[in-house]
Amino acid sequence: MKQPATSKRKVNKSKNAERWSLRLYVAGTTPKSMEALRNLKQICETHLEKKYQVEVVDLLEDPQLAAGDQILAIPTLVRRLPPPLKKIIGDLSDTERVLIGLDLRSGDVS
Amino acid sequence: MAPRQKNAASRQAIPKSPTGIDGLDQITGGGLPQGRPTLVCGAAGCGKTMLAMEFLVRGATEFNEPGVFMSFEETDKELSQNVASMGFDLPGLCARKKLFMDYVRVERSEIEESGEYDLEGLFIRMQCAIEAVGAKRVVLDTLEALFSGFANENLLRAELRRLFRWLKERKVTAVITAEAGMGALTRNGIEEYVADCVIFLDHRVEDQTSIRRLRVLKYRGTLHGTSEYPFLIGANGFSVFPLSSLKLDHKAPTQRISTGISRLDTMLGGKGFYRGTSILVSGVAGSGKSSMSAHFVRAACQRGERALYMASEQSKDEVIRNMRSIGLDLEPWVKRGLLRFYSERPGSFGLEKHLVTLQEITAAFKPSVVVIDPITNFSSAGTNSEVKSMAVRLIDMFKSRQITTMFTSLTAGDSAAEVSQVGVSSLMDAWLLLRNLECNGERSRGLYVLKARGMAHSNQIREFVLTDHGVQLLDVYTGPSGFLTGSARAAAEAKDREDAAEHARMVQLKSLELNHKRQQLEIEIARMRAAFEQEEQCLLREAQEVELRQHSGDAVRTAIQASRQGDKVPIKTNGRPESAVVVKH
Repeated sequence: MKQPATSKRKVNKSKNAERWSLRLYVAGTTPKSMEALRNLKQICETHLEKKYQVEVVDLLEDPQLAAGDQILAIPTLVRRLPPPLKKIIGDLSDTERVLIGLDLRSGDVS
Repeated sequence: MAPRQKNAASRQAIPKSPTGIDGLDQITGGGLPQGRPTLVCGAAGCGKTMLAMEFLVRGATEFNEPGVFMSFEETDKELSQNVASMGFDLPGLCARKKLFMDYVRVERSEIEESGEYDLEGLFIRMQCAIEAVGAKRVVLDTLEALFSGFANENLLRAELRRLFRWLKERKVTAVITAEAGMGALTRNGIEEYVADCVIFLDHRVEDQTSIRRLRVLKYRGTLHGTSEYPFLIGANGFSVFPLSSLKLDHKAPTQRISTGISRLDTMLGGKGFYRGTSILVSGVAGSGKSSMSAHFVRAACQRGERALYMASEQSKDEVIRNMRSIGLDLEPWVKRGLLRFYSERPGSFGLEKHLVTLQEITAAFKPSVVVIDPITNFSSAGTNSEVKSMAVRLIDMFKSRQITTMFTSLTAGDSAAEVSQVGVSSLMDAWLLLRNLECNGERSRGLYVLKARGMAHSNQIREFVLTDHGVQLLDVYTGPSGFLTGSARAAAEAKDREDAAEHARMVQLKSLELNHKRQQLEIEIARMRAAFEQEEQCLLREAQEVELRQHSGDAVRTAIQASRQGDKVPIKTNGRPESAVVVKH
């Protein structure tokens, strides 16, 4: 699952119901960033089937976007929809924490 | 091994980034270390953010070094509002691309940590900011916020180390603010990473007055002032007051100016005070110090110069009214803009604030004469040594501008008259002492010149009075009864006048007598001369008659001889005729 992280990529699998909009901020093709992306895809597929939209922002390409969402740590996952805004930093290897952070309990599809 | 050569290059100090802050550049020998981080720490409310902000703003406006302000605590808008009162126009600077402000919000509750991460986002943002304006100066205020935002401390510390290396690589002069910790310099030990220069700000309350102090704890590669220096955050930003930076290198003008009282000028070598000197007028309550100051100020205004009168006990109107009672009208000078009053109680602010305000007024108004009436009042705003050091700074400031200053000082009582309460007398070039002289149940005012550097001065205690025409010095009493004042003097003077009148009368009488005698003598002489002349004539006549008789006798004898037909006989010299004829029969 190698995705070229040089541009924004929309993985759109939404239909109707509540849409999740997630944005992953990375900085280049570092191992942590790749790991985060992998883990993210896995979590999304497991818990958010078909209802999510993931955007990957590479700050090395567009550094000015870091200020908008107040990004300090890389990688950072930002849940933009549904509100409220949630941020999870790290390579997302600790799935439990990611779920708590995204307010998804294991098994829940809200 | 090549011999070490001590040339100028090897002795060069590290390059410095000037702060533009009054006094701080002097303490640090030129400013903060260029291209290296400086730590500014202190308790809450010490002024760390202000210092950092001023460093940036002055860098942008005065030294053409744009800057970046990364704030972790306040938004851009809040910061702009905070510093607007100091005259820093942050939005304007941002618009002109001299300054870039970035607010970084770190909210623990918003962040969930999952797995490994680094703070590359921060680096990217900083890079972006620096590039946006071409910044040479960066402020991070305050890094402690990161510690409250991220739980993984080890990672954070590793990233901080990387951050400072990163800043050094980019050759930006960074100022990091941090809050002081208990026992440690900073709460989270940031001082480990920032080791090139550490400035510590302190804000404490002593004797109900709050004072701020600044200290350069460490500065690698530079000789720096290591003491605590008081500082002030005023209307124009920071002002630090390093006493040690005051050098004694003033010029010494030789022009003399009048004291406003002409007879006092005479006591001071005939011409008055030197311009640009400091003068102390001390005395007990009611001895006339303020009146002296008012004369001095009026004399300056009459010369067309500007004067500043700092009254710490009376309001402007009170001073004007009080001086009018002795015939000095200061109102017209105020109206013409030559005289300005600064009336503030010493206890209203700390000493440094007074100093800064006086500095500002002096710079704006440019007086040539300043009166501080009285300086001893300032003891209520600080200890004696602090007041003295404030006086030193004041005098230094005035002397470097060649402003003549007059300080009045209240002394406790006549016995302690020559000990000035604040110990400033050694700083003064001239000292007038006003004393109350008690004698015969009354008090008179006297003054004398205790010292006047650089000129001959009178050593006499002169009595003076406050009349409707101001201060009038009375004549030096040179009567035989010694020094007298007041009514005793008046009595003695009256007696002297009487004596003088008496003498005059005596002299006149004697001269009349003399005339009389002379006349008599002359009459006598005339008479004797006349008698002598008469006698002379008589004697002369008699002598003439005798001669005549002699002549006629001779003639008769000759005739008789002729008739006796005698020979003509030559008459011998002895007058006897030679008897040559012997008549024989």
